Amino acid sequence: MSDIADRVKKIVVEHLGVEEDKVTESASFIDDLGADSLDTVELVMAFEEEFGIEIPDDAAETIQTFGDAVKFISEAA
Amino acid sequence: MFDLTGKCALVTGASGGIGAEIARVLHTAGATVGLSGTRIQPLEALAADLGERAHVLSCNLSNPEEVEGLVKRAVEAMGAVDILVNNAGITRDGLIMRMSDEDWQSVIDVNLTATFRLCRAAVRGMMKARWGRIVNISSVVGTTGNPGQVNYAASKAGMVGLSKSLAAEVASRGITVNCVAPGFIETAMTDKLNEQQRAAILGAVPAGRMGTPQEIAAAVLYLASQEAGYVTGATLHVNGGMAMG
Repeated sequence: MSDIADRVKKIVVEHLGVEEDKVTESASFIDDLGADSLDTVELVMAFEEEFGIEIPDDAAETIQTFGDAVKFISEAA
Repeated sequence: MFDLTGKCALVTGASGGIGAEIARVLHTAGATVGLSGTRIQPLEALAADLGERAHVLSCNLSNPEEVEGLVKRAVEAMGAVDILVNNAGITRDGLIMRMSDEDWQSVIDVNLTATFRLCRAAVRGMMKARWGRIVNISSVVGTTGNPGQVNYAASKAGMVGLSKSLAAEVASRGITVNCVAPGFIETAMTDKLNEQQRAAILGAVPAGRMGTPQEIAAAVLYLASQEAGYVTGATLHVNGGMAMG
């Protein structure tokens, strides 16, 4: 697994308090990992801080799964 | 009750009569306080009077960059912003037909837009901490209206709507957002009224007297406390009965 994926996973695990093995490529933050709308905003802000990038609102809306997040950040970072 | 030991509070408009008293009361309850305002001299005098746990943070709330930076500076000075009191406010009174765009906009900018920006900046740290208290100082005229104050009354009613919406957004994170709506309070602002104006005002107040800054600060202390954790989206009217509800 790439360095970016590891760092994203760490944030997700810490923030949502879920088991690491639940955070799979296709795991949806809201449907599978129990996030609410505020959690998704917090996750996006945490990604922005960790990777020093800006994630605009329309892009943030497309980040539904762990895989989406890793893909977006890999392309942006 | 109402022990704020270990909490850090940012108070805007701390150079004014009500703001200074709010800062003093939160400080007495154990909080570290960040005193924000435009006039440095009264802020430094207040900080010197309070002694330890008091930080002066000058800020012109009509300047967007300064507003954006204020919470960050407060965190650097105090370590956190657990309690935010948006108390600063200005008036530019006049009947609507004689009110300029500038008089409208400057009041909205300082009273409402700066409150929005400071809430947005402060809520981030509060979400991480899973604890926060925001108290916005509205006004009785936000509920009743007042001739000559369409700008001020709109800004103060706007703070109530902002507070209720934000309260709903962040309630699950242990953050409460409430308003205190003062009526007529003895300050430098009301000292300027003439006898006739005073008599007219007091005639509309069932309590028959003006309120004191201490009575506003006590309401803020309650809403900032651990004990008020289940109170959110509320407006606490402190007005001697001049408007109820």
